[in-house]
Order: sequence, then structure tokens, then C-alpha cells
Amino acid sequence: MSSSLPHQTSSPETGRWFGLCSSNIKSYLRKNVFNGWALGTWVLAALVATPIIAVIALAFAPSEDIWPHLASTVLWKYISTTLLLMTGVGFGTVVIGTATAWLVTMCRFPGQKIFNWALLLPLAVPAYVLAFVITDQLEYAGLLQTALRAIFEWNSPKDYWFPEIRSLGGAITVMTLVLYPYVYLLARAAFLEQSVCALEVSRTLGHGPWSSFYKIALPLARPAIVVGVTLALMETLNDFGTVDFFAVNTFTAGIYDVWLNMNSRSGAAQLSTVLLLFVLVLIGLERAHRHGRKFHHTTTKFQELPSYLLQGARAWAAFIFCLIPVLLGFILPAAVLLNYASIYYQDTLDANYVTIVGNSLGLAGISAVISVTIGLFMAYGVRISRTPLIKIAARFASIGYAIPGAILAVGVMIPLGAVDQGLSNLFIDTFGFTSSLVLGSTVFAVIFAYSVRFLALSFGTLEASLGKITNNMDGAARTLGLTAGQTLKRVHFPLVRGSLLTAGLLVFVDVMKELPLTLILRPFNFDTLATFVYQYASDELLEESALGALTIVAAGIIPVILLTWRIVQTRTVRAPTEMQMKPNP
Amino acid sequence: MTGLQILNLHHAFDKTPVIRGVSLNVAPGEMVCLLGPSGCGKTTLLRIAAGLEPVQQGDIFISGNHVAAGQNGIQVPPEKLGVGLMFQDFALFPHLTVRENILFGIKSVTAANEQWLINGLTGLGLDGYADRYPHVLSGGQQQRVALLRAAAPEPQIMLLDEPFSGLDVSRRNVVRKRTLDFLKTTGIATLMVTHDPDEAMFMADRILVMENGLIKQDGKPVDIYFKPADAFVSTLFGPLNTFTGTVKNGSVETVMGHFDASQHQNGDQVDVLIRPEGITLSSTNPKGTPLRVQSARSLGHASHLTLTSDTGHSSAPLEILVRMPGVYLPETGSLVYARINAGHGFVFASNRAKQTLL
Repeated sequence: MSSSLPHQTSSPETGRWFGLCSSNIKSYLRKNVFNGWALGTWVLAALVATPIIAVIALAFAPSEDIWPHLASTVLWKYISTTLLLMTGVGFGTVVIGTATAWLVTMCRFPGQKIFNWALLLPLAVPAYVLAFVITDQLEYAGLLQTALRAIFEWNSPKDYWFPEIRSLGGAITVMTLVLYPYVYLLARAAFLEQSVCALEVSRTLGHGPWSSFYKIALPLARPAIVVGVTLALMETLNDFGTVDFFAVNTFTAGIYDVWLNMNSRSGAAQLSTVLLLFVLVLIGLERAHRHGRKFHHTTTKFQELPSYLLQGARAWAAFIFCLIPVLLGFILPAAVLLNYASIYYQDTLDANYVTIVGNSLGLAGISAVISVTIGLFMAYGVRISRTPLIKIAARFASIGYAIPGAILAVGVMIPLGAVDQGLSNLFIDTFGFTSSLVLGSTVFAVIFAYSVRFLALSFGTLEASLGKITNNMDGAARTLGLTAGQTLKRVHFPLVRGSLLTAGLLVFVDVMKELPLTLILRPFNFDTLATFVYQYASDELLEESALGALTIVAAGIIPVILLTWRIVQTRTVRAPTEMQMKPNP
Repeated sequence: MTGLQILNLHHAFDKTPVIRGVSLNVAPGEMVCLLGPSGCGKTTLLRIAAGLEPVQQGDIFISGNHVAAGQNGIQVPPEKLGVGLMFQDFALFPHLTVRENILFGIKSVTAANEQWLINGLTGLGLDGYADRYPHVLSGGQQQRVALLRAAAPEPQIMLLDEPFSGLDVSRRNVVRKRTLDFLKTTGIATLMVTHDPDEAMFMADRILVMENGLIKQDGKPVDIYFKPADAFVSTLFGPLNTFTGTVKNGSVETVMGHFDASQHQNGDQVDVLIRPEGITLSSTNPKGTPLRVQSARSLGHASHLTLTSDTGHSSAPLEILVRMPGVYLPETGSLVYARINAGHGFVFASNRAKQTLL
């Protein structure tokens, strides 16, 4: 530490400004770019953003332009089908999610306490699993139609009309049943925290329960409902298993088709960019309304909710309305799978079940650890850096959750394929023989893709958790002699440990359920539970894979339990330790 | 040089300047208070001094070492500065006990540290709390733990950010006294930020008054009160009575009498500011300005009176506020006589804009 006294300030005006500017830039770079945390955050953000950028780059590369071909054949079909599917699922999830949320928060009827958490259960069932089960039960040879034929003495399909399950309508129904919990969860939270006082005011001013709902509760909860719907629609765009099985021509199905059957990478990339436009609209909607939600926290007081006691027919109507989504979305598939699994478990075990479970657990575990590590590093890097640029970079890197798996798969294959090609050329040049695939279509590619897709889960969870710790904690630790890294280890890490576990579990379970990414990127003859169930069930062998599907559903229950636990916590008074960790305004 | 020195510091957030050329020094053993309204830049100044905010322009020296320079980019990280900082919200680590919190900044804990801890806890009335967690402590207890934690690594500089604002008014005086005594025994150079003038008067050896990123006055508490540099400094201690007048022959005449205005040009418009406690009223002694009582209320230890000038003199405000010690409650509408106490009556160039704020 030199002790040169600052007399230089008396130098001529122009020279001073020059010196000031260049040293400002230098010190800006040194402080904001070339410190380890910021640099690391940049590198990770760039790495994670690579697949998304790669897709866009390839789509606009002139090499193999199949636009005209696509536009003249399937493009409009894809667009219209995707829009219809989104409209149907959007409508269905809003109606079911909002209505059930309103009933369980504002009314009292038999079973209301149980429905409070049971309405979340369908979240545990992947759409493709429900699609397989419902088809199995409702198709011509299924239980329902067989029973109907027996009762009415019909003999063939010509004797009666029955809706086609494997159709757009079927896809809408299946996805609505497993995705409405997103809307339910957010609408429920909104109803709980926002409208208590406002509703009471409305009642005292002479509005009845229904009028209060339309005039006060619904408008107040609207931003939350929109966020829920956008999340549900992102999942809809991501879905491959259902639309493939039902032969519904959406974009996601199209990308898969163009990639694997027409063997056109740039075609797949070009379709992906159109799908990305859909995604961007959804992200924009979600971000705008997440922001809007902040206005509505007018009261933090714990208050008994006004509850309308429903009686007689109305109580039964409420009960049945809440029961149907739980019944169809969870109880039915779980029961059917349980039944099949108990009979046919030996078939599943014979089909290498143990290895497949091992694959799934291994992939999920590794991806969870990687995602949480990167997520924590980036969340902390964003926290301690002062430039908004880093925040934007991190946000961009964490939009993976909104990008459908099929697009990400394309985006991961492009750069990894290029690296493989380069390595292969290098081997031919130097050793005279070609190398085998090193990165593409390997476990590495699968894990990389998972980490990109699910980084948002861990990053978001950890950023929120770190946000609850006041910045003065950092200041206190730093002035007491700890470096940024030591502060993370000794102050933040112990305080966010619970969230690290939550984030890890969320990633773990989503990897267990993930289908489209895995299907495209997995190595030859390498199966996870999801791909195993998909292949067996699409070959009408649902019974034989039931144990596998049941395992996925069982894993899916974990986040439901976490959410349920949080729901129970919502209505209790905050612990004093939490008040210590309130965010710094 | 020892202690803390800050030279010509400038700082801006998103191009909005918050500190606009501040220089100050704090000597070892000295308690300096930065006093100013919220948003004047004092907390930013403190964070910069602690190294938590990088210096943009200006220099900082700690014990003679050049620790931060905006010009050539020297910026010693906060963990290497050896500065103790106490936060407004105390920022105790919720997952650590009182003992772990206090010894947090010590690399390898020795028996001497343990002894210091025990003495410190006992000295501040916290014996028996070493193994408790912060959330079971009261605000005052948390404040003392935070003080011990900041002092434990024996820093040469102690920075306090509104350390008493989170406490009950009834507890504040006791805690202030204890904190002051504790800091005086350590001989540390202390810079404290506060917006409470009474607190600054009580604690400080020297007060720096800050407004809009600039230091308006640097002086002993008594001088800040009796010789304010401008109208802003004078109003820190509450609203004043403003009388207007024109300078004639080095003096200004108001309804309250003549005031020396030799600092101002003849013919200038000036304001004469008089604190409510700068006026003494008498119902019996007719020497002084006659004023009519509008209202009189007692607070027990003092009485607040609102009066009007009976003469309709143009220099007088509509209402004159007076604070008299003890119980003094003349009848509403009665006539009393006002005299100015020695040392009161500050003459500043007229500033209509300021006046409307009062």
C-alpha cells in the first residue's frame, strides 16, 4: 500500500479528463469483469446460453433452406394445431385452476381441507403417462367401452359413437388435467394473500359473494393466474410424449419428425425458431405479470379468511367439482398403474428395470448436483456484482425452462456435433483414423442439456433464497475479514442450505420425468424410465411398463409434498429467525 | 497520519451524484458524527469508507495507508481494511450464537479473545447470553452484540450506521451512553451516521452536517447549535422563527429588535432566524417586544406557546413559536413581553424558497 498523496488533481483540465476516463474504464473492467465471481458468472451464462444461440444461428444459416418446403407442406398445420392446443389447455387450466382455488380458499365444504393439497397431486403425473393410461382405459378394448357394449348390447364400433381419445381434444384434456395445478397453486396463493381485506370491504359495501369474486378477487388475482397459465403453456409446448402418441401435429412433434425422420438439422432448427417466438411471447407475458404482482401485497397481516359455508346441493357440487380433476389426473392413473404393476411387475423387472432405474437416478442425481452448483455460483455472482449486465446474462441463461426440450436437444447437438467433427478431422489428420463420437449422443450431452433446461429451477430458487438475506450480512462478514468466497461458505451457505436441497430435489424430479430431450440425445440402447415407459406404452405394452411409470409418478410426488408443506406453512405465523433475514429494501 | 481520512470524494449512482466532493478526517479516540436528513449521502459515504462500495473518485487513507483511490484504481477489498462496521439493522448472523457472532472476525481464537469476549459481554450487561441465538435477544441486546462483533478484531476505525434508530426511544439514552463509554475505552476512531440531532449532540466530539452530498459544516456540537453556517444547518434542530429585514448600517431591524448584520451588504434582504427556545417571555417585565398569546400548552418539562406580533410589523411571521422551560401558561389573548437570549438570532441572506419549506 503506497501512500502517495493525491496532488495530481491540479493537472490541466483536459489531461485530467483523459486520465479519468481511461482509468475509469480500466477500473470498471477490473472491478466488474475480471474478478473471479463476475467472470465465472459470465462464462457459465455463455455456456448455458450456447444451445439457444446455436439454434437461432443454424436456422438463419443459408446452407440448407427448407423454409419453402416447410411453408408449403406442414408449417401452417403445425402453427394452427399448436395454437388450438394452447388455447384449449389455457382455457381448461384457467377454469379448473381458478375455480378450485377459489372453492378451497373461500368456501367450506366436505373434504375442503384435503382438496387444499390433493388438488396438487396431478402435478406428479407426466402428461404422457396420463395419456397412456387414459387411452388404455377409454379405447375400444378398454374397460369403459367394453362395459358400455355389454350394457347396451352393442357389437361393433358402428353401433355407437364414442369420442376419439387419440385426438387434439384428447391431448387438451390430458394436458389440462396434469397442468391445471400451476394455475391452482398461484391463484390460491393470490386469493390467500391479496383479497382478504378487500373482500371484506366489498361485502360491507353491499356486494354478494359472487359479485365480490368478479369485481375484486378475480382482478386482483389476475396477474398470478396469467403467470400460472404461461407456465402451463410452456409445459404444453415442451410436451412430446402425448402429442406423439395421439398423433397431434404440434411444433414439438414436428421438430422431432424433421430431425429424426427427414434427417434435416437446419429444418429442425428453423422450426425451432418459429416455436421460440411462441415461447418468447409466453416469457414476456410471464415476466410482465410477475412484475405486476408486486403491487398487490397490500397487507401482510395474518387474518382468518371469510369462509362461505356451503350446504346441501352446493356443498356436493363443490365437492364433485374438486374431486373430478384429482380423480382423473391422479387417482385413476395411479390406481391403474398400481394394478398393472402388481400383476405385471415381473415383465418390467425382466426388461432391465434395475439398470434403467439406475440410469435415471444417476442422471437425475448428477444433473441436480451440477444445476445446484452452477445455480448457486451464478446467483451469488449476480448478488455481489454491481453491473446490471451480469443480471441480464444470468436471466438469459436461465430461460432454459421455457425452451421446449426438442429445441434444446437441437441446440445441444449443433455445438457438440461441431466439436466432434473437429476432433474427428484432427484424428484423421494426425493419426490417420477417425475418432468415435466423444460428446454428441452421449451421457455428457444429455446431462449438459438437462443442466441448461433445469438451471432456472435451481437459479430461481437460490436467487430468491439469497434475496431474503439482507445485504448487510455480506457487509458485516466482509468488514470482519472474510473474502467473497469465505462469506458464501460461512454465511450464505448455512442460511440457504434448505433451499439448496429443495432446488436439488426439484431438478432431480424433473429430470426423472423428462422425455423429449432424453429421447433425442440419449446414446444408442441407453434408456431412462421415461424413454422406457414411452417406448413400451406407445407399442401398447402399458402393462409391462407400469412399474416404471409408477416409479416416475412416485418421484413426482416429492415436489408435491414440498409444496404441500409450504402451503401448510403459509397460514402460520412467521418464525422469528425469518424476520432476521428480511430483504434489504 | 493516523485515523481515517477521506479526500475530495465523489460518488454517483446511475449518473445521479450522491456525494459531491467530501473531505473529512477522524482522529484516533475521536467520535465524529455525520448528521443529515435521509438521502443526503451519509450512509453511502460510510459504505465507501468500509470498502463495500468501490471508490469512483477521491482518496481514502486509513492509518496513513492509501487504501482507495478513484484515479488509479487502488481499491483494497473490505476484508483487508481492518474497519469495523455496525449496521442499522445490526445484521447479526441468524445461524450463529452470540459467541460465534462476536468471534466471527477473528481468524484463530485464543484464550485472550475468549477472555475479551467474557469481559465485553459482562461490561455491556450481556453475561449469560453467549450461547443464545440472535432472534431471542431484544433490540438493545442485539445492538450490543453487533457492537462487540465489530470491535472484536480490534479495528482502527469504527463506522456506525444509525446504530440506535432501531431501539425504543426509552432505551436509547442508556444504550447511547454505554456505547459511548465502550468506544472511548478502546481509543478507536469512530465515524457515526445519524439523522437525529440530539443523538449527534450527545455522542459527538465533532459534527459534520451533510446535505445533498456536501458537508455544510464541520464543528463542535455547541458551534453547530449556536453558530450554524447556514439556514439549513440551523433548521436541523427543528423549525425556527423567521423575521425578514433589510440591512442598514451593518445591522438589521426587526420587530424583535436589532441584529448585527455586518457580514452583509447595506440594502440586502436578510432573514433573522430565532429558535423557539431562543426567546424568553415575561408577563410582568415590560422591557421587550409585546406579543399576544394565541395558545399555550404544557409538556411538563417545557411549555409551547404560539404568539402573534401585536404591532402588525411587516418583518414578523404570522405566528411566533416559543418554548419556555417549565410550566408557563399565560391566558390566551393576554399580552407578554419577549426578549432574545444571548447567542440566538442568526442572520442569513434571504432565501424565500427555504422559508416556504419551514
